[in-house]
Amino acid sequence: MEKFFVHDKRDTVGVAVTDIMAGETVTGWVMEDNSIITVKALSDIKLGHKIALKDIDKGETIIKYGEPIGKTVSPIAKGEHVHVHNLKTARW
Amino acid sequence: MTSTKFMGYRRENGTVGVRNRVVILPLDDLSNAAAEGVAKLIDGTIALPHPYGRLQFGEDLELFFRTLIGTGSNPNVAACIVIGIEPNWTNRVVEGIAKTGKPVAGFAIERYGDLKVIEMASRKAIEFVQYATELQKEECDISELVVSIKCGESDTTSGLASNPSIGNAVDRLVDLGATVLFGETSELTGGEHLVAARCATPEIREQFLQSFKSYNDFIISQGVDLCGSQPTEGNIAGGLTTIEEKALGNIQKIGKRALIQGVLQPAEAPKGKGLWYMETSSAGAEAITLFAAGGSVLHFFTTGQGNIVGNPIIPVIKISANPVTVSTMSEHIDVDLTGLLRREMDLDGAGTAILDMFLRTLNGRYTCAEALSHKEFILTKLYRSA
Repeated sequence: MEKFFVHDKRDTVGVAVTDIMAGETVTGWVMEDNSIITVKALSDIKLGHKIALKDIDKGETIIKYGEPIGKTVSPIAKGEHVHVHNLKTARW
Repeated sequence: MTSTKFMGYRRENGTVGVRNRVVILPLDDLSNAAAEGVAKLIDGTIALPHPYGRLQFGEDLELFFRTLIGTGSNPNVAACIVIGIEPNWTNRVVEGIAKTGKPVAGFAIERYGDLKVIEMASRKAIEFVQYATELQKEECDISELVVSIKCGESDTTSGLASNPSIGNAVDRLVDLGATVLFGETSELTGGEHLVAARCATPEIREQFLQSFKSYNDFIISQGVDLCGSQPTEGNIAGGLTTIEEKALGNIQKIGKRALIQGVLQPAEAPKGKGLWYMETSSAGAEAITLFAAGGSVLHFFTTGQGNIVGNPIIPVIKISANPVTVSTMSEHIDVDLTGLLRREMDLDGAGTAILDMFLRTLNGRYTCAEALSHKEFILTKLYRSA
């Protein structure tokens, strides 16, 4: 069963649809093109929280729905939890 | 959805309602006690207490009148009694509602006192309840309805599942000729370009962007930003990190096809069919109160973490795809879309599940919010009073 979903194939994060444990190798469903990808989780990621799909530098823009959702405030490794501790709005 | 027909109430002015309320509407804070007194005495009436109506002025006062008149004029309201401290503003609301042709009466408290007014208004309320309970439902079509959409206590499951399911239903409702209202100005931040691209004409696009900009200018003029409010604590607990992410999930609700037919002031009625944007707060009860004042007779409300909002005059259908919310707060959820996260359901199936519950609700089924007595009537106030 896919443990995370990805809206758009350009997205750099996926959304956990069930709780994911650190160390688990999990498969995800890319809704746009119906493809399946695999990522090794580096953090515990709760249902609804985001997992990084690639290594991302500090100050980079995170993409979800194929659109920018904010900028990173620290580097993020593929498989890490992405949330308020490492991602901020670019608006305010 | 098996049919586009349902049994509803066709009002004097031709609009169609799905509930048959007799409302006791206080004009102002001082008149809440008398309005609630009448509603306690006369079975089948409902009072809508609120904290405002005194010393408001300018645009804020106009919005206040538009909301009260719109509420009384809503097709779900069979008849309405207005009670105010002074006669002039009371009559202004009575005259506004009277344009619909429905039974409406006003009572002012000064020179009479609460007890005499409660007696006079109660005698009238008996008449109105007897009138309303004798009305027969007739066959109506979904194309005759105005409905509204808004999400609350959203999380990532909203943007992933429940909101695009509403979008699927909205596309189908607009195709069937219905009218759909959406709003939540601050919660479009980060997706406003996508909403602008859906406006039917360049003039509407310009109006929409102006409305969005004026809200942002207001925030900047206060010397603040919305961090700490947008996203909310509940949003963040559910995995939403930024306003852009929340907005992109939010606008899934407007579907993929329908073009935006116009920009409405808060509580303003749409001037035609199809999808309309109304300037509203993103707070659930405030926005639903404004949509109802604009003529919406039913509201679709998606939630991630479990917003429990209802409204006194329009049914609110609650929809969630978050399995924790659906299992821990089941009494609040009318449509369970958790199957989407397990890939046991697709968006067409989810849209159909929403429209099936819509039809049942139109035909009289109480929503969870109605059964649980959720009656949030929350007026939007633009600035402090005189």
